[in-house]
Amino acid sequence: MTAALHDRRGQVGLALLLGVTIAALAAPLVTGGDPNAAGDVVATRFLAPLTRDVHGVVHPLGTDRFGRDVWTRLAYGARISLAVGVLSMILSVAVGTTIGAVAGWWRGWVATVLTGVTDFALALPRVVLLLLLAALWRPNAGLVVLLLGATGWMPVARLVHGEVRALSARPFVEGAQSLGARPHRVLWRHVLPNALTPVIVAAALGVGNAILLEAGLSYLGLGVQPPTPSWGNMIASGRDTLVNAPWVATAPGVMLVLVVVGCTLLGDALRDAIGHRSSVVGRHAL
Amino acid sequence: MLRMIARRALTGLVVIAGVVTLTFLLLHAAPGDPAEQLLGPTATAEQLAAGRHALGLDRPLPVQYLSWLGRFGRGDWGTSLATGRPARAMLGGAWPATARLVLLSLILSYGLGLAIGAIQAARHRTRVDTTLSIASVTLVALPGYWLGLMLVALFTYLLRALPAFGAAGFDVDELGSWARFADGLRHLALPLATLTLIGTGAAARFARGAMLDALEQPFVVAARAKGLTGTRVLVHHVLRHAVIPVVTLLGLSLPALFSGAVFVEAVFAWPGVGRVLVEAVQARDYPVVMAATAVSATLVVVGNLAADVVTGLVDPRVRAIEERSA
Repeated sequence: MTAALHDRRGQVGLALLLGVTIAALAAPLVTGGDPNAAGDVVATRFLAPLTRDVHGVVHPLGTDRFGRDVWTRLAYGARISLAVGVLSMILSVAVGTTIGAVAGWWRGWVATVLTGVTDFALALPRVVLLLLLAALWRPNAGLVVLLLGATGWMPVARLVHGEVRALSARPFVEGAQSLGARPHRVLWRHVLPNALTPVIVAAALGVGNAILLEAGLSYLGLGVQPPTPSWGNMIASGRDTLVNAPWVATAPGVMLVLVVVGCTLLGDALRDAIGHRSSVVGRHAL
Repeated sequence: MLRMIARRALTGLVVIAGVVTLTFLLLHAAPGDPAEQLLGPTATAEQLAAGRHALGLDRPLPVQYLSWLGRFGRGDWGTSLATGRPARAMLGGAWPATARLVLLSLILSYGLGLAIGAIQAARHRTRVDTTLSIASVTLVALPGYWLGLMLVALFTYLLRALPAFGAAGFDVDELGSWARFADGLRHLALPLATLTLIGTGAAARFARGAMLDALEQPFVVAARAKGLTGTRVLVHHVLRHAVIPVVTLLGLSLPALFSGAVFVEAVFAWPGVGRVLVEAVQARDYPVVMAATAVSATLVVVGNLAADVVTGLVDPRVRAIEERSA
């Protein structure tokens, strides 16, 4: 793990992610406070970045059509984006690891069925499924986490399945078994900890992916609903004012790129540090 | 080879059937139904019951499923609740636009990606390599709809050079054949550039890795030992070897590219399957959602099948494995 931090990519990636995380956690301290606060709308809307409004407040990234501070919304939006990305990835990893481990460890019809289900789910067009599900139920952040988790576990399951299969033929497994350890203890205590390294790489890349998908859904109005700020719905609200207030749509997009670049760099550094050339996790996003 | 294609095609059919069935079940499990959608909020309970009866929604689910499947198989895909047009006509007009966009961007982004990857591999661990790596990581991280908006801001609003919406201008019927072609190209430019830029990043990242792997192979040392020039080794030996994993990735990336197209089509009002799907989903237009889901799944499956066939043609080893396991 520490080898990844000696890698320039790992350092830059971690720095980017830490920066955004700190801004998100310290949002009330580093911003004006309420992301939905609007002063005199007519006087404060569409102020350019770095201008001072009639109330004497400086807006580092300008204001949107309701006179709300873009920087404040960006920092509060980071909370949503990071939380959705990380939580949905935890869900994907939990489901994927369970299914992959069971399918890789035990033989017989259970393994066959689970492998079949994984392959089938992997072939489903993820965005189509997400659009459908998000449109059918009333969208909110919790639902988006569930949907992203439920449609993102398959690559993890594949990865864990392969690892567990390969590890189960190793001598230390035979050793544990001949000492009388029961199958699920061998799987849980001996095989799984060794199988999880490549999962960490997949998870780093998957978080970036999930953040992009959440923003995409929110952009289409099927994710986090306004006035709650999310980078996706902020881009959507800046769509109609590209000419006179381009900063409204530009800022959240730049943040998205920074976070996803951070995840990718960290994932790359971890992969090379582990020395495991895992299959390229397809970019199922935008 | 034929056997492999037949087997993959069969798997593809199972996937399409699965997607359609899943969509059907999800639509029925979700709150709200087409009758409410059709009759509006003022409908009385009796009117709703009559509407449900007329649409066959009061029958048991398996019966509904089978009758829907029969109609779908015969080509009767129902009528759009939002536009009143047959769903089949809407998608029949839409899928070529999506296929054109995705296919062109696939060719362009893989061509560019391979070239960039080759340059990076040849200049491994130099400033050129680092710069191009940063560029490709950034391209991969770009959200398609946001990049699209930025390109619109630049090329449409600022430079007034390219149109931002649709696949043809309002005056397309008045134009001669050349002018019409030029108009089509101008409309294609921004959506295609958006998809291609993102795809190029992904392809370049992968191509670089594949080229570096190939450079370490013994046959490269042998080729160099024979006295071949660096360029010749790179183009004739390394590139050919590196193309194989890249083609495999091409197949794997098709669903991703198609997903990207969904968002890009929504931004540019490109008249493709993605836009039909997004609009139908937002309007809860059930028959069109079903049809659009089936068509999207089919496009992805056909694309994957094509990539499998191409991999088999490029790499004799894949053919051998397939034939042994068949």
